Amino acid sequence: MKVRYLKLDKAEGPIIIMDEVKDAVYGEVVDIEMSNKEHRMGKVVQIDRGKVIIQVFQGTSGISLNGVSVSFSGKPMEIPMSSEILGRIFSGMAKPIDGAGEIYSHKNYNINGRPMNPVARLYPRNYIQTGISSIDGLMTLIRGQKLPIFSGDGLPHNQLAAQIVRQARISGEEVASFVVVFAAMGIKHDEANFFRKAFEEAGVMSRVVMFLNLADDPVMERIITPRCALTAAEYLAFECDMHVLVIMTDLTSYCEALREISSAREEVPSRKGYPGYLYSDLANLYERAGMLKGSKGSITQIAILTMPNDDITHPVPDLTGYITEGQIVLNRSLYQMGMYPPINILPSLSRLMKDGIGEEYTREDHPDVANQIFSSYSRVQEIRALAQIIGEDELSEIDRKYMEFGRQFEEQFAKQDFEEHRDINQTLELMWELLRILPEQELTRIDPSLVKKYFRK
Amino acid sequence: MTRQGNIIYINGPVVKADHMEGFMVREMVMVGEKKLIGEVISLENDLGTIQVYEETSGLRMGEKVYGTGKPLSLKLGPGIIGNIFDGIERPLSKIYDSGFKFIPEGIGLISLDEKKSWDVEILVKPGDILKSGEVFARVQETSMIVHRVMVPPGIKGKVVSTVKSGSYTIQDTLVVLDEDGKKYELKMYQEWPVRQPRPIVQRMPIEKLLVTGQRVIDTFFPLAKGGTAAIPGGFGTGKTITQHQLAKWSDADIIVYIGCGERGNEMTEVLEDFPKLKDSNTDNPLMDRTVLIANTSNMPVAAREASIYTGITIAEYFRDMGYNVAVMADSTSRWAEALREISGRLEEMPAEEGYPAYLASRLAAFYERAGYVKNLNGSEGSITVIGAVSPAGGDFSEPVTKSTKRIVGVFLALDRDLAYARHFPSINWLSSYSSYISILKDWFEKNVASDMMTLRSKMMRILQEENKLMDIVKLVGEDVLPDDQRIILEVARIIKTGYLQQNAYHPQDSYVAPSRQYSMLKVIDRLYDRAYSCVKKGIPLSKVKDEKLFSDIIMMKYNATEAKSGLFQELTDRINHYYDSIENLYKEGRADES
Repeated sequence: MKVRYLKLDKAEGPIIIMDEVKDAVYGEVVDIEMSNKEHRMGKVVQIDRGKVIIQVFQGTSGISLNGVSVSFSGKPMEIPMSSEILGRIFSGMAKPIDGAGEIYSHKNYNINGRPMNPVARLYPRNYIQTGISSIDGLMTLIRGQKLPIFSGDGLPHNQLAAQIVRQARISGEEVASFVVVFAAMGIKHDEANFFRKAFEEAGVMSRVVMFLNLADDPVMERIITPRCALTAAEYLAFECDMHVLVIMTDLTSYCEALREISSAREEVPSRKGYPGYLYSDLANLYERAGMLKGSKGSITQIAILTMPNDDITHPVPDLTGYITEGQIVLNRSLYQMGMYPPINILPSLSRLMKDGIGEEYTREDHPDVANQIFSSYSRVQEIRALAQIIGEDELSEIDRKYMEFGRQFEEQFAKQDFEEHRDINQTLELMWELLRILPEQELTRIDPSLVKKYFRK
Repeated sequence: MTRQGNIIYINGPVVKADHMEGFMVREMVMVGEKKLIGEVISLENDLGTIQVYEETSGLRMGEKVYGTGKPLSLKLGPGIIGNIFDGIERPLSKIYDSGFKFIPEGIGLISLDEKKSWDVEILVKPGDILKSGEVFARVQETSMIVHRVMVPPGIKGKVVSTVKSGSYTIQDTLVVLDEDGKKYELKMYQEWPVRQPRPIVQRMPIEKLLVTGQRVIDTFFPLAKGGTAAIPGGFGTGKTITQHQLAKWSDADIIVYIGCGERGNEMTEVLEDFPKLKDSNTDNPLMDRTVLIANTSNMPVAAREASIYTGITIAEYFRDMGYNVAVMADSTSRWAEALREISGRLEEMPAEEGYPAYLASRLAAFYERAGYVKNLNGSEGSITVIGAVSPAGGDFSEPVTKSTKRIVGVFLALDRDLAYARHFPSINWLSSYSSYISILKDWFEKNVASDMMTLRSKMMRILQEENKLMDIVKLVGEDVLPDDQRIILEVARIIKTGYLQQNAYHPQDSYVAPSRQYSMLKVIDRLYDRAYSCVKKGIPLSKVKDEKLFSDIIMMKYNATEAKSGLFQELTDRINHYYDSIENLYKEGRADES
């Protein structure tokens, strides 16, 4: 029989410390049985001779130093996977919470995953049409990409994510294998319900796997939730050959949980109290997106994070931006002006777009036109700043055209109804429509032959 | 004596063991039953601290630590070029071929392919006296690179015997040397500890341009062979694209690309693209001169710390053969963060922002391994180091950027506002600098044109002037400025959109040779001189600025194909013709009638 240890040395916040433990394994999962027979789960995070530091996912409240019994499993956390998980709802620790019974499988998967060998990766090259003009036209989502949404409290990031789930299209015959894995970390019940309803309305509920750690669930479980979700995604993508869209929200809550455990362990903090390994830790989540040689499936990640104080230089969005392949940035003042989706296109970016659009995928003019819109719209910002000072009437003729371009861009192009689906050709035509407001010689980013073909028709 | 430690402490990549008296600091060790690779970083009494280059989850207390008796070293020999390695020179393609799509722990210390045969040409005969570093055999490693097999540093002697030229593996002994009765068997490879710079005879002055084909770099902030450069920029400002462009187009013989804590897909992109891209001179695939070191952001953090040294040691090895090597490190900030993470786990006293106090000196020691040198065998070679820096929050006053700025010769500051406007490369021309300009003056005079640097300063002056004027324009608008200032704004706009912006994905524009850069500058210069003098003569700006002419000059970068080599002359003629005619018009006072 397994040894059970009966005495703790210290219990504080999310941490318990035990002494005289033999043979502890770094990273192994432990089972903690409390005096009322409740079981909690923990993980060994440090070993120092006999002294073992264990992080308890459900927190230590109610734990007494003498009344518990702890057993060590010798293994990292593993969860069972089978294609039965589709349509199911799990807790943040991958326990079924929809009353439909346990998942049975002969195979368990380590939730920590392993780094993908760069040689085994397949470079993502095909796009996903989201039906949202700003995204499809200017920051195209590529199959196998990790493209987060940088949002703020109270901005409609959930609607945007739901709209993407409802409208996302990949090329025709593969639609059947398109599934969604949803990981919630510290979001509110009504937000979780919103997503559930949105999935039902979109008729995709049977192709969704949900992992829910809600705002009133134990904070430390949040560290496990995305790992369970990504393990499910890897299983579906690389063993069942499905195209998986992973939606994770809210990464800021995840990072705060990480900070809490770090400060409980008295680690040296780096920026804003976050641990020095925040970058590596986030990378362990984000880098699990992608495609593999020899598998038909793909993992596309849309992580949602709320920027504290709308500050894009805050460590969470900052480090995320360095790892992910671009970002979609939502903007409060656009939203206050009544714009949906309130995407600020200038700081937004899709790094993989260059290889997944153009002649073979969307249309030959797409790269140049997108480039031109970015450059013209950034000129609009300069002119608007000037117009605020000297008044619009004093602007030169060309500047007034830019002002008009800016207005039309926001009204006709960026603004879109929650229910509205525009295909890629509609989006590209709208982009040319906008550029026709400007004189031809302003189109310095577009190859002259394309101007000839599309501008003057 | 059995040298075996006993694990008593595990915290992420840091492991401590007791019974470590017999070990050395910096010794490579095998940790635990899985034989994870690690390195001893400190010893105290019988306690040794080890950083482990693989994932430590699953390591058990009480498992053993085995010594190897040597410092962390690389095998240097044929098989490096065109390959992709992890942070401690384990070939990722071989790991993949053995069936691992994900990187497992405990695969041991594999390195160069020992079974592959190479065609070796032996260059020495019995009786020859060989010095350290001397070349004794040649191997055509790839279509572009001849591998010159050298006597390892510290070894010399008289050739006793050699094999015949022919096909051998790197394990075969090729030449036997004798030094005062001591015999050395020389093979195709040698080993070298990564943290120790390889010896040289002396450093030589830097005097050659590293041609990159990127206009803003070659013309305004030139890199030098043997020099150092830093590319700092927040996320999305185009660090990686700039590094990729330099790896593709710079005229170094060999590129060592270190993907240090960056995205997996970026390495995959290089792996997929470079074999398809052709070298502009020889038409061979670019992969045939490229080495990749990959420690992606989710690979173990301690190996990230080592990856930089692995890369530079490989570079030094090829430099010793007489090659010009360029090292791209993307990104040095991730390396610094790896230092910080390990330092934190060691509970060292942090200095600024949690970084260890030795950050600046480690950075300096790394960049100092660049240089233009005379090698032990008398040949000349160089290492140019180009490091990307990812400042937290895009703030250039953070410790890594600050410490790097103090060391490097070229500082290419990437600018978020330019990137938002999709002005790429987003190198800010006001805050960047190159300290090699005066050193390279002679090179430009000899190889491009005598007035290249004069033109550069003139264009720079226009840009600076424009910056000052823009402060006014932002307040009151452009229309209130006098025409002689507005023409500066117009010409600055041409320089910015027509010259500084360069489209990495456009076949004509991705690479522009210095001679063509000069021709483009000449056209812009002529336009400026003629337009400015017309304005000075009182001709209104609306006449001086011909929309068609101005926009054709902006577009000349796309239109100047090989087939249309006369385009620059044609544009110059058009400029002359146009301004001659309006000058005449105004001289004769017939302007109003036209």
